[in-house]
Amino acid sequence: MAFNIYDFTTLTKSIHEGLSSQFSPTATLAIEWTIVGLAYLLFVALFGLFLVYAERKVCAAFQQRMGPMRVGPWGLLQTIADFIKLLMKELIMPKNADKFLYNLAPFIVIIVSFLVISVIPFAPGLATFDFDIGIFFVTAVSSVGVIGILLAGWSSNNKYSLIGAMRSGAQIVSYELSVGLSLITMIILAGTMQISGIVEGQRDMWFIFKGHVPAIIAFFVFIIAGTAETNRGPFDLAEAESELTAGFHTEYSGIKFAFFFLAEYINLFIVAAMATTVFLGGWMPLHFGEFESFNQIMDLMPGLFWFFFKVLGVIFLMMWFKWTFPRLRVDQILNLEWKYLLPINLFNILLMAAVVLFGLHF
Amino acid sequence: MTNEALIAAIDKIGAEAETRQGAQYVETFVPFAKMHVFMKHLKEDENLSFDYLICVSGVDHADHMQMVYHLESTKHNHMMVVKVKTDGRETPAIDSVTDIWPTAEFHEREAFDLLGIHFINHPDLRRMFLDDNWGHPLRKDYKDDIHIVSR
Amino acid sequence: MDELREVMITTDEIKTDEYLINMGPQHPSTHGVLRLLVQLEGEIVHNVQPHIGYIHSGIEKMAESLSYPQIGHLTDRMDYLSAHQNNEAVALCVENALQVEVPDRVKYIRTIMSELSRLASHQLWWCVMGMDMGALTTFFYGLRDREDILDIFEETCGARLTVNYSIPGGLMFDIHPNFQRDVKAFIKKFKTKLPEYDRLLSGNVIFTERTKGVGFLSKEDAIAYGVTGPTGRASGFACDLRKHRPYSAYDKVNFKEILSDVGDTYARYQVRMAEMWESMSIIEQLIDNIPEGDYAVKMKGVVKLPEGEFYQRVETARGEFGVFIVSDGKKNPYRVKFRSPGFSNLFAINHIAKGWKIADLVAIMSTFDLVIPDIDR
Repeated sequence: MAFNIYDFTTLTKSIHEGLSSQFSPTATLAIEWTIVGLAYLLFVALFGLFLVYAERKVCAAFQQRMGPMRVGPWGLLQTIADFIKLLMKELIMPKNADKFLYNLAPFIVIIVSFLVISVIPFAPGLATFDFDIGIFFVTAVSSVGVIGILLAGWSSNNKYSLIGAMRSGAQIVSYELSVGLSLITMIILAGTMQISGIVEGQRDMWFIFKGHVPAIIAFFVFIIAGTAETNRGPFDLAEAESELTAGFHTEYSGIKFAFFFLAEYINLFIVAAMATTVFLGGWMPLHFGEFESFNQIMDLMPGLFWFFFKVLGVIFLMMWFKWTFPRLRVDQILNLEWKYLLPINLFNILLMAAVVLFGLHF
Repeated sequence: MTNEALIAAIDKIGAEAETRQGAQYVETFVPFAKMHVFMKHLKEDENLSFDYLICVSGVDHADHMQMVYHLESTKHNHMMVVKVKTDGRETPAIDSVTDIWPTAEFHEREAFDLLGIHFINHPDLRRMFLDDNWGHPLRKDYKDDIHIVSR
Repeated sequence: MDELREVMITTDEIKTDEYLINMGPQHPSTHGVLRLLVQLEGEIVHNVQPHIGYIHSGIEKMAESLSYPQIGHLTDRMDYLSAHQNNEAVALCVENALQVEVPDRVKYIRTIMSELSRLASHQLWWCVMGMDMGALTTFFYGLRDREDILDIFEETCGARLTVNYSIPGGLMFDIHPNFQRDVKAFIKKFKTKLPEYDRLLSGNVIFTERTKGVGFLSKEDAIAYGVTGPTGRASGFACDLRKHRPYSAYDKVNFKEILSDVGDTYARYQVRMAEMWESMSIIEQLIDNIPEGDYAVKMKGVVKLPEGEFYQRVETARGEFGVFIVSDGKKNPYRVKFRSPGFSNLFAINHIAKGWKIADLVAIMSTFDLVIPDIDR
């Protein structure tokens, strides 16, 4: 194993053994859960803040601006200041809102995001769950998020919110298909649904190169559908501030709004991380079958670096979409899915099946 | 079409209209009872075809209200002004020309709002800018002790 | 309150699956305090009722107690994006009434300033159009270039937005010594920047999908509703007063009246884009030929118009602007009426937007290029 030094399994194992020797198995499990939970919270909060900052800087670059520059050096503390502002803001609830659902909605959205993150392998040995149905779990859980959005729109007692939620519902339910199908295409190639298995399968070459034509088609479909799933521009119909003021979260303020806001960025990360894991080799360095010396040089860089390098690349691509394209209309967005992406996807599965069957991949 | 020919063509309509060459444009005075018929002719007559109503303005003269219609023909590229005096000043009423030029609907609503001129057969005569309890500010006898400081 | 009651009454006719939403008075895409009462079935617009008056400032009433040179200052505040053309309309109206002939220098400068403000207005329209369609980046591209024009205004007029430059009898001041150099530099620069606009938005697949074949206005309806300006010309209504009733120096320049016979949202977009090229060509023809002479004729201290009624039409960036002055021979006008282009244009929106979706309504409204103080006056 060339990248043992970067393998987190040793670290996690030693922590586990250390705890086991001190506490009973139940207490060990409880402590480990707490540590993992806190680690995720910390990661999500910090990475979310970083993504907000990155988005603002990227957007500023596209718009020939500087972006935030005042708070801290290069405005680095701007998002932290914003976050503190959101925490301290008054929570306003519309008079005739459905109180229970109104309060529940942001939690559903954010909990779903956390659930999906838990299966993503950041580096060797750095993933909480590793089921044999990992990909299935991701698609299943991520589709729960739409319920939160629908609840938010419905319970706000605001017509703009309701229109936004309905748009979002139609959109996410449709694009779920494309996300699922493009992942299935890659599962045919990988031969497993286990995420660690998928990453291991890309040891000699990333799937996007291994599966050539069908894999590249699936990658593009996945990126388009994934952008739509996260309700980001050009598919941001659910928020569409020039039409619906702020869509489903019009009536939310303070920390509840921050939850929606944070969830959007976590979802952005999830889509990028899934694209990285399934198509671009996850934490696996860039390897090409026979070039041993090249592969060894690549192995010098840790898996964590590779993972975030690729994730940020995909995120940049998605930000690029958002800041250059106008928004689609609701019927066009459904046309795109049902008339174009879905047939392409179904055909692509056949193509991939043929490629795998006749061994045409690299 | 020269202005003389235009005046002659307008005169043919009749309707007790008096047409003359004004300082800028051809001007016609029509009694309010005949104005709707007259306006319809202006629009439908092949030689006149005044299809574009540029502007509708109401003016409060001391003893009567006057509606001024600026018209243009996009086909012949000539212009004219039609002036109609209303009957009385306190509750003036005049035929709406919304059925001839749809744009009149909104200009007439404005005149109703600011001058209190009623338009007969107007589809949707409501106040446009101001509150229902507000007076008609462009009338010369309009008094507002709070908002207007008179010097 | 009565408006509300009226809505309550009319809801009897509404089928159960229709609902009303208030777009505005505070809404990102109404660009000001305009309220549209939209009757919707799902996403489909069934009826749009514009409600205006939130920023009614009573300029016509105020004008009755002001002298003629003072009225011009108020017109800046109506359509603030065509401030110069509004000033010019009042100035021309008073000059026509007094039979004053202004020097050629004034005519040339007025025309250049008009075209510059048309360019600035169209630039802002382009930014906002992109923003309404969800492409936020356009906003900064447009504003970047608009800044150059505003700097030219600032240098010569002292103000960036409410320029207040044309007065009855001529101009407020002579042009700044750098004026010609700056305008030429701007034109040279903007000629390279305008194709950038096309690359960013016009050719975008999503943008053309959103605008082509959406929101038709026929030529007959444009004339009937008095829809003028680029909006009317996109429907084939030849209403460019610069061409058909030339004033100032427009009879001395060659330019095309941009017409389209399609009448959809994309046509309205393209007409404005093409007008920017025409405006630049007009400025180029005039900028080197500004004749020497006075920048104003000496007017009497108190301007009194002869008794009578005077009307002046001017082409602003939004369409036909009219000033109607009734004079009783005193130093104040007896009655002033402004025919604002936005007012007539706005009320055609119900006719156009019926049957389209909310997103289309936003796009249509965007191509109407509404300025709310212009409508409310």
